[in-house]
Amino acid sequence: MRTLVLTNFKLRRNLREKLSTFWMKCCYVLVLAMPFVLLTGLLIKSSLLFGEKSLTELIFSSEWKPMSGKFGFLPFIISSLWVTFISVIIAAPICLLTAIYLTQYARRVVLKIMQPVIDILAGIPSVIYGVWGIIIIVPFVSKVAGWFNVHSSGYSILAGAVVLAVMIIPFILNILIEVYRTIPIELSEASLSLGATKWETIKKVLTRKAFPGIISSFGLGVSRAFGETIAVLMVVGNVVHIPTGVFQAGYPLPALIANNYGEMLSIPMYDSALMLAALILFIMVTIFNMGSRYIIIHYEKKI
Amino acid sequence: MNRQLLKKSEELFYRVLMIISTAIIIIALLAIIISILVKGLPSLSWSMITQIPKGGYYFGKEGGILNAIIGSLYLSGGATLLALGVSLPLALYMNVHKLKQKNVVNIIRFFLDLLWGVPSIVYGAFGFTLMVLLGLRTSLLAGILTVTLFIIPIMVRSMDEVLKTVPRGLLESAFSLGSTRSETAFRVMLRQCIPGIITAILLAFGRAIGDAAAVLFTAGYTDYIPTSLSQPTATLPLSVFFQLSSPIPEVQNRAYASAVVLTVIVLIISIASRGFSIKYQKNRIK
Repeated sequence: MRTLVLTNFKLRRNLREKLSTFWMKCCYVLVLAMPFVLLTGLLIKSSLLFGEKSLTELIFSSEWKPMSGKFGFLPFIISSLWVTFISVIIAAPICLLTAIYLTQYARRVVLKIMQPVIDILAGIPSVIYGVWGIIIIVPFVSKVAGWFNVHSSGYSILAGAVVLAVMIIPFILNILIEVYRTIPIELSEASLSLGATKWETIKKVLTRKAFPGIISSFGLGVSRAFGETIAVLMVVGNVVHIPTGVFQAGYPLPALIANNYGEMLSIPMYDSALMLAALILFIMVTIFNMGSRYIIIHYEKKI
Repeated sequence: MNRQLLKKSEELFYRVLMIISTAIIIIALLAIIISILVKGLPSLSWSMITQIPKGGYYFGKEGGILNAIIGSLYLSGGATLLALGVSLPLALYMNVHKLKQKNVVNIIRFFLDLLWGVPSIVYGAFGFTLMVLLGLRTSLLAGILTVTLFIIPIMVRSMDEVLKTVPRGLLESAFSLGSTRSETAFRVMLRQCIPGIITAILLAFGRAIGDAAAVLFTAGYTDYIPTSLSQPTATLPLSVFFQLSSPIPEVQNRAYASAVVLTVIVLIISIASRGFSIKYQKNRIK
């Protein structure tokens, strides 16, 4: 009797072990397969378009007339690039200076206050950023445009970039704080003992050491900014043209997808075109993402 | 002497810049929260959060946003539960079963980071393609599935960050007492990290409830509270997004009220998860 209970117990434990390990392996396979599934899904759907036009024609043409089957992605790609790079240019110095301040100069209290601020900023949904953009940033940009004697409704590339900059600040800042924290303290001690001032140490020793990390944090910021949809869509104006100034309206790729999903089944090839936009987005973001991570990994190995 | 002065003033200059940029970040956060509250609080009333819109969400002047609140809770609750079923086992698998195979773990981490970086609109577009392929219509179920895919990497990575900190000795002692790997995972690791795991779940829930792009294609929008998985559902972000573009002020007020509700939910989640992570820090075995 006793042995029976024991073997039963053993069997049950073994079974549980096997079952849970099996499920874990399923989850593991799911995650590994996911990027490829995403890629193939979008590729299959958008490949219908390739039958008629070459990829270069699609990307470098600026004519967007879905009704007559003309899909030129250039205006959208250019708009995306404008918004993304301006936002990173705004966010980068703020993040860098704040990260240096928080890790080198500030008292612990300041960091304790800033940590929840960064967390909350990171957690605010993008639609809320969009509403904020409409309430505050858009009128402000319109006013700024007035100073330059440019007439603008405020719904512009610049408004999109400012909103986006605030959205990616917590993301970049968290990485930068981590980068500055992991620099060994001996490095700055050695520099200080040689008579360098604190600022010189930060500028010439720490920042040089952190340089790959800084670059990759900006790269990750670019990849985050590139795919941001709703907030940008709400403030950027959405006019199909190649923008030539920051006060003009733009029409980034994610906004294109989000705005037209309703009609995409009623016009032939339109859904393929939108899936191609999603594919371009996916590839661009992944390249920036992987590139930045490669820099971090490569640089960590060197130390 | 002059050089000294120059050095000093350069440092001072940059320190001022640093304080300014730190202040900009705090001001930006305050500006967001205050502007949302100022715009939305006046239109937030009891009837606003207990009624569904009357006469259509885009044109009807009466009614509230209950459809969006309940819809969002259903959607993100369902997605969080589903994602938990995948994320927890995977995070434990990485930190118990594959503890010794560092490259396997690193590959999973790399893939998760890659997936985390994929914009939610791409998930939305992918979910839509899948829906068309399977012949589904916009529904709560399609929304839940898409959002699940979208939050899995977030959840696994944040659980992984917590499980990583558990000292190896704890695992080794569990193994040496004869427990199987899954027993070690679920009875030792999980119990040790419960507050951290809850933080990860809350974080993922916050992401799920706040995301608009993934549900735009898949969950649809409706005036009513869904009663089954195959019905479309309203969500708070889309309630903001759609109703804000309406020319009717009463409808816009609904959008601002939804924005306040969404912000409050996200703030509560943020504070709660902070509480749990402080608790984890206290109970942690070093």
